[in-house]
Amino acid sequence: MQNLIEQYQTVSKNRIKTWFKVGKTEDFPVNSGACIKYKTKQIAVFNFTINNKWYACQNLCPHKMEMVLSLGLIGDKEGIPKVACPLHKKNFSLEDGSNMGGDDLKIAIYPVKIENENVYIGFED
Amino acid sequence: MKKIIVVGNGMVGYKFCEKFINLTKENTFKLIVFGEEPRPAYDRVHLSEFFENRNAKALEMASLEWYKSNNIDLITNTRVASIHSISKTIETINEEVYSYDYLVLATGSSAFVPPIKGVEKEGVFVYRTIEDLEDTLAYADKLKKKKSGVIKAAVLGGGLLGLEAAKAVKDMGFEPHVVEFAPKLMPRQLDSRGSKVLKEKIESLGIHVHLSKATNKILGEDIITGMEFGEYDKIDVNMLVVSAGIRPRDELAKTCNLETGTRGGIIVNNKMQTSDPTIYAIGEVALYNDMIYGLVAPGYEMADVAVNQIIGNSDVIMGNNIDMSTKLKLIGVDVASYGEPFMPVERGYSIIYENKTKNLYKRINVSHDGKKLLGGILVGDASDYNMFHQIYLNGLPIPEDAEELIIGSRGKEGSSIGSVMDIPDAAQVCSCESITKGDICNAIREEGCNNLGEVISKTKATSGCGGCKPMVVDLVNETLKSMGKSVKATLCEHFNYNRQELYDLIKVNKIENYNDALTKFGKGFGCEVCKPTIASIFASINMETANKQVAIQDTNDRFLANIQRNGTYSVVPRIPGGEITPDKLIRIGQIGKKYDLYTKITGGQRIDLFGAQLHQLPDIWKELIDAGFESGHAYGKSLRTVKSCVGSTWCRYGMHESVTFAIEIENRYRGLRSPHKFKGGVSGCIRECAEARGKDFGLIAVEGGWNLYICGNGGATPRHAVLFAEQLDNKTAIKYLDRFLMFYIRTAGPLVRTAPWLDKLDGGLAYVKEVVIEDSLGIAEQLENEMQELVNKYQCEWKQAIEDPKIKKRFKHFINSDDTDDNLVFVPMRDQKMPKPW
Repeated sequence: MQNLIEQYQTVSKNRIKTWFKVGKTEDFPVNSGACIKYKTKQIAVFNFTINNKWYACQNLCPHKMEMVLSLGLIGDKEGIPKVACPLHKKNFSLEDGSNMGGDDLKIAIYPVKIENENVYIGFED
Repeated sequence: MKKIIVVGNGMVGYKFCEKFINLTKENTFKLIVFGEEPRPAYDRVHLSEFFENRNAKALEMASLEWYKSNNIDLITNTRVASIHSISKTIETINEEVYSYDYLVLATGSSAFVPPIKGVEKEGVFVYRTIEDLEDTLAYADKLKKKKSGVIKAAVLGGGLLGLEAAKAVKDMGFEPHVVEFAPKLMPRQLDSRGSKVLKEKIESLGIHVHLSKATNKILGEDIITGMEFGEYDKIDVNMLVVSAGIRPRDELAKTCNLETGTRGGIIVNNKMQTSDPTIYAIGEVALYNDMIYGLVAPGYEMADVAVNQIIGNSDVIMGNNIDMSTKLKLIGVDVASYGEPFMPVERGYSIIYENKTKNLYKRINVSHDGKKLLGGILVGDASDYNMFHQIYLNGLPIPEDAEELIIGSRGKEGSSIGSVMDIPDAAQVCSCESITKGDICNAIREEGCNNLGEVISKTKATSGCGGCKPMVVDLVNETLKSMGKSVKATLCEHFNYNRQELYDLIKVNKIENYNDALTKFGKGFGCEVCKPTIASIFASINMETANKQVAIQDTNDRFLANIQRNGTYSVVPRIPGGEITPDKLIRIGQIGKKYDLYTKITGGQRIDLFGAQLHQLPDIWKELIDAGFESGHAYGKSLRTVKSCVGSTWCRYGMHESVTFAIEIENRYRGLRSPHKFKGGVSGCIRECAEARGKDFGLIAVEGGWNLYICGNGGATPRHAVLFAEQLDNKTAIKYLDRFLMFYIRTAGPLVRTAPWLDKLDGGLAYVKEVVIEDSLGIAEQLENEMQELVNKYQCEWKQAIEDPKIKKRFKHFINSDDTDDNLVFVPMRDQKMPKPW
């Protein structure tokens, strides 16, 4: 179980080795999430049309270790974009991965770029 | 700079640091704190929560960073071994020496383990620290793996902590047995009658209670197998948690000859000074007025006194009367005791109310002149505790006929207890943090707080034991009201309206989608609260299915299935009234088998198929729809089922055809979205086999028609539906149901079920009768028309989903791969499967 979560580490912009193409923008639902696969990782990708931004994070809920975050409702808390886990409604910031409910559980977040209607996620490997 | 050493980093030791930081300027003192446990101070009062979430961090009083940023040296994992009062130094077990100007002993207490033969055996634990709990849990897991069937575990001690421990043992999946030496439970707080009521209640919850038992011996070779009380009196248990009281940790006192009590505890004066004036003792190690106070509130007060004494506020001293009132929820049972719970006849008289059918016990003790409340006990329902406690603490006047306090005033409107605003400003509302009513009201009046959250962060009220929360809520609301500020329950930070207002705004302005609603009436990006609420409003106004505005649906509605523990889904086809042909039953069986789904009959007379993966859902539903089924909406806040008994078609007692009517009603309201899920029931006679009174609406056949009941439910807070109208024919019954349901859908808050909706509705049942039966608002026809329109527009959303390739695309785990989620693991259980436990 532990290895499962350890493979998810936040990727900062300056350490990206691979921009992995995950699909066309039109493949992704608007104002909600979808899940993509990269090697053994499952990544949740969110398309916020209201501020025209894309976010990506681990699909794994760090609380109960289930692959569900892409299914959660998205929105904001005091202006910070977030996803609410569908299982127990824990809120995670999509800007830094922190748990907005206050406890220690954090999620890893990944850079997203859009080029020519294609969606790319940045990875260190 | 003077140096203060605090020995002990428990709740009281921490509180000393907190008060100290609040009262002193920087760099006047240096604070060094020693803690024996590996982690910083945590909330021991709520220790049993650790069993539920196993999250030690959540119990923390303050983080390590807090100590650092306040320039406090916290040294954990280090026990102080001795004090040398002449050189004013202490020495740790690692033989490090530190000097002090003031020494504060907050070493607390340890669990008392009675000297019973065999108590050292494996499987015997105490209930005190997080480490104790971790050991107990680890052992429990081991036991459960080794042994199948019922495993018994005992708790030695039937006091406060013992009962908490019993709950924890029960939650671990064991059969709990509480063993108490005294002839009653909670001997310190409850009288015999109250304790008996508590005993009966907790026994009904599956906790076994053994009173007047002196344990002679722990049985077993090296591992506990049982407990022996007398020659032929024993029980078999595989684990024992000892919670037989506390002993002050006063061993340090002996290293420097501080005076201690004969039964332990370091003697202190009302300045919290020990026999050495530079050494203070606070909390459960301090013996004050010949007593050890095992509650957190007196400990906090001691911490406050010690801080003030050290910094020179010498007039702050400990009072003579220490309030030992307590209120808590034990195993789901309210128990409270305040002031003088037992009343000697020479001081006053008692009024006792006992209701065995409801497991209720209330006792108040009143002075001889009938003017003062001296104390009392509440078991089963402690909702009046805060008010009683305030009346007792502040000596407030009580009704001439004191019995009105517990049985209510007959024939008069309103409560005899009075309003929270009547208590004096100096009254202490939060005793853990010493917050008065004045502090709370001022936070609003003078310091600009606008809601409960702001008041709590300003004053810290409710942040200790939390027992004062209901009263603080009332005070905040009343104060806001008195200033003419509205106390409005708004939906969330994105909409400054409640659900009913948004319902009207969306309807009147003919808003068609969420984004328009957000732009017009809200702000930000929305959230998991406002999106599903507004989705439900759109569904109730336009009967649009969850397929129309997918992005705002709750996860269950988005995938038209109930998400389960491991991220798989369950499938529930509608079986109206619970009636099903053998052929259809066989088809469900075949489909369940084909997709390897765990199958179970639900409480609502239908069949639930578990363990389907996202990509399987459309295929499964295709087969179900081909077999003549449709969505059961088990995933939605909507009508679930209308349960029926077999009725007059078969039953020799049946008065009317309950199945036929149940099917008609279920088909009428299928797919109807509402603020909360709702259920119905139709019984063919007063034997009520369909349990219609446990539903949001229920019909029971009587001579001459149907009796209609509304606003009942099962679940966590069961409620019987109340009689709404009698002897209705089918047509009138449906007319009233249409009006009632539509009125509820229009006016209820988000996630408010019919029963609490009725409770909060001004005018209550009588008002609903006026609106629905007498049409006092003149909207009855409108309500009926709206309902009829929704009925006409019904569509099966699963049929929509499998017929539209665009919708079908939603049911795929990965966007960029046809792989499925490889994280799922199932284990076998009774010839079927279940998700691997977390």
